[in-house]
Amino acid sequence: MNDSVAMLVHARGLRKDYGSGEGLVRALDMVDLDVNRGEAVAVMGPSGCGKSTLLHLIGGLDRPSAGQLTVAGQRVDELSERALAHLRRDEIGFVFQTFQLMDELTAQENVELPALLAGYSPSEARARAIALLERVGLADRARHLPSMLSGGQRQRVAIARALVNNPDIVLADEPTGNLDSASAFDVLSLLGDLHAKGLTLVIVTHDERIATTADRLISMRDGAFVDETRLTGGSRGNLSTFAEWEHLG
Amino acid sequence: MSPKENLLSQPRRARRAGRVRGRALLLFRLARQDIRHHAAQAVLLVVAIAAATAVLSLAFALNGVKANPYQQTMAATKGPDVVAQSGNDPYTGVTSPADLAALMALNHAQGVTAHSGPYPIVGDTGPVGPILRSTDLVTSVQVEGREPGGAAVDQPEVTDGTWIRPGGVVVERSFAEAANLHLGQVITLNGRPFQVVGFAVTSAFGGFPGTSLIWATEAAARSLATQADPLSYISNLMLSDPSPPAVDAFVNAHSSGNESSPFLTSWTAVAYGDASFLRTDQAFLFTGATLLGLLALASVAVLVGGRLAEGTRRVGLLKATGGTPGLVAATFLAENLFLALVAAAAGLLAGWGAAPLISRPEADLVGTPGAPPLTLAMVVVALGVALAVALASTLVPAIRAARMSTVGALADTARLPKRRGSLIRLSRKLPVPVLFGLRLVARRPRRAIFSAASIAVAVMGLVAALAIHAAVDIKFSHFGRSGGLVDPDVPRAEQVLTAITISLVVLAALTVIFAALATVLDSRRASAVTLALGATPQQVRAGLIMAQIIPALPGAILGLPLGLGLFKVAGRGLSGLPPVLWLVAAVLGTVVVVAALTSIPARIGLRRPIAEMLQAEAT
Repeated sequence: MNDSVAMLVHARGLRKDYGSGEGLVRALDMVDLDVNRGEAVAVMGPSGCGKSTLLHLIGGLDRPSAGQLTVAGQRVDELSERALAHLRRDEIGFVFQTFQLMDELTAQENVELPALLAGYSPSEARARAIALLERVGLADRARHLPSMLSGGQRQRVAIARALVNNPDIVLADEPTGNLDSASAFDVLSLLGDLHAKGLTLVIVTHDERIATTADRLISMRDGAFVDETRLTGGSRGNLSTFAEWEHLG
Repeated sequence: MSPKENLLSQPRRARRAGRVRGRALLLFRLARQDIRHHAAQAVLLVVAIAAATAVLSLAFALNGVKANPYQQTMAATKGPDVVAQSGNDPYTGVTSPADLAALMALNHAQGVTAHSGPYPIVGDTGPVGPILRSTDLVTSVQVEGREPGGAAVDQPEVTDGTWIRPGGVVVERSFAEAANLHLGQVITLNGRPFQVVGFAVTSAFGGFPGTSLIWATEAAARSLATQADPLSYISNLMLSDPSPPAVDAFVNAHSSGNESSPFLTSWTAVAYGDASFLRTDQAFLFTGATLLGLLALASVAVLVGGRLAEGTRRVGLLKATGGTPGLVAATFLAENLFLALVAAAAGLLAGWGAAPLISRPEADLVGTPGAPPLTLAMVVVALGVALAVALASTLVPAIRAARMSTVGALADTARLPKRRGSLIRLSRKLPVPVLFGLRLVARRPRRAIFSAASIAVAVMGLVAALAIHAAVDIKFSHFGRSGGLVDPDVPRAEQVLTAITISLVVLAALTVIFAALATVLDSRRASAVTLALGATPQQVRAGLIMAQIIPALPGAILGLPLGLGLFKVAGRGLSGLPPVLWLVAAVLGTVVVVAALTSIPARIGLRRPIAEMLQAEAT
């Protein structure tokens, strides 16, 4: 596998500013980052250090103020809004701390949504959504509205939604931040299982125990990387270890 | 093979068909769920647009119904195609034997297949006409002399009582109703007593107030002639070709233009004059439809803006999962255009169904108006107006949603007011409710503008209606009501105007409530923080009310000159101004009503515990 194919995210001199003049806030400052296919990268740091901003830039939710950013072979900093939407739709899956499910759609309809956006027919989208809900253990909750699900179940629906278009990379922003321990166990088991099957993950977290189970841990402060540690040295990390610890403990 | 590769491996046509079905399902699903979630707003949107299209459709539909009762009356009375009146001396009004001979010659003109008359008529050429006196009325009338037997052409249809006899007269029904005459009553004509033996209708003359017609025997009619009111004569002619062009051609061919030659009136001219009340109604309806359309525009803009504010997170979510800007705009437009189509259909049916009610024949005609034809033009206009209102009010929010930053939308951040030093200094001196209200207005300036616009349109309609009521009163107090009688067209037109004004006020009130609700919802966190910092619920509630009064007051003040301007344009020649007190009451009353309406959602919105409200935007 050559480098360009193996490398899913390639960022050089990435900068993100908010505001201007005296009110200018530099959220990201000259960040370089490479993420290989199949790798699990955890990003840690205090609130406001720029973790979520980095995730938003990688995910094409926002544009960098300066620097180069390539995701799945496409220059994010040069793409049009429409092309960015296609990138998000086809190559990236998001998992948010606050789930971000559409309250008025059922679990199955929420999962179908990106598939329909991607051009799958209604029957194909339905089949994929049902299969993924089975995979995350929520087949019997497919017709439930998010308000009828627990926090952990909502997050599992969000993970199923993130996977429905078979993305190259899943970006998770504090995926267990709003969950109790039992639900966090479920979600991390699921993410660990997906990573074990080759899914590329970038996880932003406050929890050191989760972070240390990734392949690589990046620490951030004031918009810059201050430390980077390779934890397993391989492309198959052991993200579910934390979940197992929690479960056993 | 990955699902993506699997998708790409399908034939192109199948892929495209699947994509179209998928997108359609997505749009349908999002629209359906949003409508369910915001059912009240959706209903108001439909009602606002339907009200405008209903009034517009009604105005158009009147064209189709107004001829029906006249034609039914014509058939029932063997109505003439042409009514010919003898010429007379321009100074004395006297019909000479030569004038009468000229009239009689028309009875045998080419194209005439039947005729009746000449009949003597008095009061039609003189300055006053015979004076009718009853118990409570003195007025001038026209008296036509007829034979007691039936006539081949224009035999008035007796609707009550019997036909004329010596000493007994028949009164045209619309005049009888206006004069409050009843069967058996004795009246005097130029001092001579006659008994009212019947009421009848005719298609040869327009009804009251154009004419105040009484039929008597020929001898009686002749006896009423005086030097000031000399006799003239009427002939009723039936033509071989009663089509409007043929009748007009006959009239033109036999009209010389000088006063001593017969004066001819076609049935189309009588029918046109008879439908004048509908034209007045139509003019009011078109004006009302324009006002309702403008109000619908402002109301829908407030609603759509409010829903965008509520649905910001949804926009972010749609974009985060791969929705293109075009698709985000399409979801917004599709939903509102669908509702507009529903509203257009509802409005069209309501207007079309109401047309026979508003165009019910007056007392001078018999028969009932049938349903007007549902023309393509009506459908196109109703659809066009509904879609234009929806598009104009949705386009800006849709574009704004499409351009919205995905991260900002997901965070659902409220728009912050621009920080201006002078405003900050000014606000320091303001009481807490005004300060809070001003800040809320600054957060959503577009909503404030549309709220002001909806109030301005409602006050505009209200002031125009007040001005017309006042002008009608002034006119009648100066000139009397047609000799003590009320023109039936006036109360009818006033009823139409009142109905439109009520619709405007109700819609504006609903818009105020929804604007207030939207403000309460998206200021929950600000309200909670203000309460947490020690403001009393009364202060916050007053602030929420101020946020509605701040745009309502200039809106109401602006509506005042706009309403008077509208009255000048659409007042059908009426003049005069309503009392200043009415105008002041309209403006102040509007502000008070806005405050009262806003207090309901403000009270409901502040019922939740502060901690819960603080949490509302955090999850």
